[in-house]
Amino acid sequence: MPVVSYREALNQAMDEEMARDERVFLMGEEVAQYNGAYKVSQGLLAKYGPKRIIDTPIAEAGFAGIGIGSAMVGLRPIVEFMSWNFSLVAFDQIVNNAAKMLSMSGGNFNVPIVFRGPGGAAHNLAATHSQALESLYAHFPGLKVVMPSNPRDAKGLLKTAIRDNNPVIFIESEVMYGEKGEIPEGEYTIPFGTGDIVREGKDVTIVSWSKILQHITTKAVSRLAEENISVELIDPRTIKPMDWELIFNSVKKTNRLVIVEEGWPFAGVGAQISHEVSNHCFDFLDAPIERVTQEDVPLPYVHNLEVASLPNIQKVIRAVRKVMYLD
Amino acid sequence: MPESINILQSKMNHTKLKNNMQTDLLGLSPEILLKWYDEMLLIRRFEEKCAQLYGMGKIGGFCHLYNGQEAIATGSIGAINPDDYVITAYRDHGLAISKGLDPRRILAELLGKSTGTTKGKGGSMHLFSREKNFLGGHAIVGGHIPLAAGAAFASKYRDEKRVCLCFMGDGATNIGEFHEALNLAALWKLPVIYIIENNKYGMGTAVDRASAVDELHLKAAAYNMRNEVIEEGHNVLKVYQSVKAAVDHARKTYEPSLLEVQTFRYRGHSMSDPIHGHYRTKEEVEEQKKLDPITLFMGILTDTNLASEDYFNSAEERIKSIVDECVAFTENSSEPPLEELYTDVYAD
Repeated sequence: MPVVSYREALNQAMDEEMARDERVFLMGEEVAQYNGAYKVSQGLLAKYGPKRIIDTPIAEAGFAGIGIGSAMVGLRPIVEFMSWNFSLVAFDQIVNNAAKMLSMSGGNFNVPIVFRGPGGAAHNLAATHSQALESLYAHFPGLKVVMPSNPRDAKGLLKTAIRDNNPVIFIESEVMYGEKGEIPEGEYTIPFGTGDIVREGKDVTIVSWSKILQHITTKAVSRLAEENISVELIDPRTIKPMDWELIFNSVKKTNRLVIVEEGWPFAGVGAQISHEVSNHCFDFLDAPIERVTQEDVPLPYVHNLEVASLPNIQKVIRAVRKVMYLD
Repeated sequence: MPESINILQSKMNHTKLKNNMQTDLLGLSPEILLKWYDEMLLIRRFEEKCAQLYGMGKIGGFCHLYNGQEAIATGSIGAINPDDYVITAYRDHGLAISKGLDPRRILAELLGKSTGTTKGKGGSMHLFSREKNFLGGHAIVGGHIPLAAGAAFASKYRDEKRVCLCFMGDGATNIGEFHEALNLAALWKLPVIYIIENNKYGMGTAVDRASAVDELHLKAAAYNMRNEVIEEGHNVLKVYQSVKAAVDHARKTYEPSLLEVQTFRYRGHSMSDPIHGHYRTKEEVEEQKKLDPITLFMGILTDTNLASEDYFNSAEERIKSIVDECVAFTENSSEPPLEELYTDVYAD
């Protein structure tokens, strides 16, 4: 199987879908001449020209709205946010226009659009540039939220997102763009709402996704294995729709659940997972559900406070030991 | 009390309007002009019926009426083709009627019936029709302005000659999305015609209390965009003439325009608001009503011998029966079934 970076996987997905469908175009800040702030769109301007690979001014509400308007009348835009943090100045467009259009228009106008870009903390970017916003967007009916954690999923899910007839929030990770992984040969897509059992286990279920899954949770799981604690690690891959059955079945087997996510605790995705599992697996749980999240503070710039706030391996190990009553 | 355009009143006002009465009919056929008259009268009578039904508690939520602004809808949409796009804010009944949406279905929407334009899901502020290329009906001020550029973008992307007319109130010119959209439309040469319906007040705030520039069309200058002010926004022919020029320009060059049409709304901002009060006087409202678009157009049609009192009387009857039919249609319609709650959230 070919080995590509997360960035190349996303690039391949856009390239293949643009070749397949004339209606697909990409716009965003620095996506064309600059080849992408993170080089995700490298080479696409040369291949597809300025009609379909479009540099925008710094005007997120304006170009997000243009994308939505064009999608209402039949185009299939990919709108890149240089960072999901900047989506907040286009929040009205995403929430009031993209998410609600189909319903509010009584089925007259659907909005097939992908909003994509990196989310979450990188390093030393401080509070406004480090936000994990998946719970925010998952809150709104009408949106789908996708968070691939590896190159294989990044490509397969982005192709699905581009073909989807709804607005899709596609959250990548700046610090994963260069990371490599195997992808299947040739054409493939991955359906939304199908999670992945990253590692089978029997003692505890952990649900985690995106960068935190790769950088923190998998490492914690390996350490726990050294202590003979067997973790079943689940990557839901799409936050909305969520693969509830996969999670419920795992919890029914392990009887314990820890959720590890980058976002803040209050009304986070983990809170929703915790509620659903409590409702559907109540009789199977042997311990209260634990969550590992970012601390409930704006993320500071300085390294020691940044590290202290974000989930880390030790926090995950502590949570797992707690649900196993080992501490 | 509903505004009425009885013949007596029209004769009184005719004299006042006589001085600048237009006799150049711009090459428009009598059929079109009479159709426009009927359409403007339908909008007026439709809105009066809405006011009545709102007062009876049959229409819920916010309901913004178009009375006084009819010449803008008819003159603007009279200048485009059925496959061109129209999008507007929440004061959308009149524009929807002009764009060809079935008034029966509009009224049904206002009363929350399953036969409504959006099956009761959008209400007064969210009228839509894919079939008629009517892109809404939008209730967040300014939010629809980039969407219009998007529809125009799609037209250009597909090498079509379709244009998009985007209507907004004067208050919308102060919000960021207006400025971002205008910059992008001008920068990328998108065939969109932005039309400010300057009715002088954003809810209860006068234009000069909200905007540093009170000649709103001049805001286009910041984006090197073609612009024009139409002072006689009550004259359907003047509106048509300017919009037609902007549309022709957009079809030829893809370039956008910003038009400011000066107008006046007879009712309060919405049905929940007073017609006059702290922000404008009764006298101002009454004075403005002397520049009534329908009365003016009656005068033009009379002076050019295209219509007589008989015609206006018969039009009144015809329109009344259409509005009656709207009410009957609505009364015979049912509320949406509860299963409808879960449809149209995601497309297949």
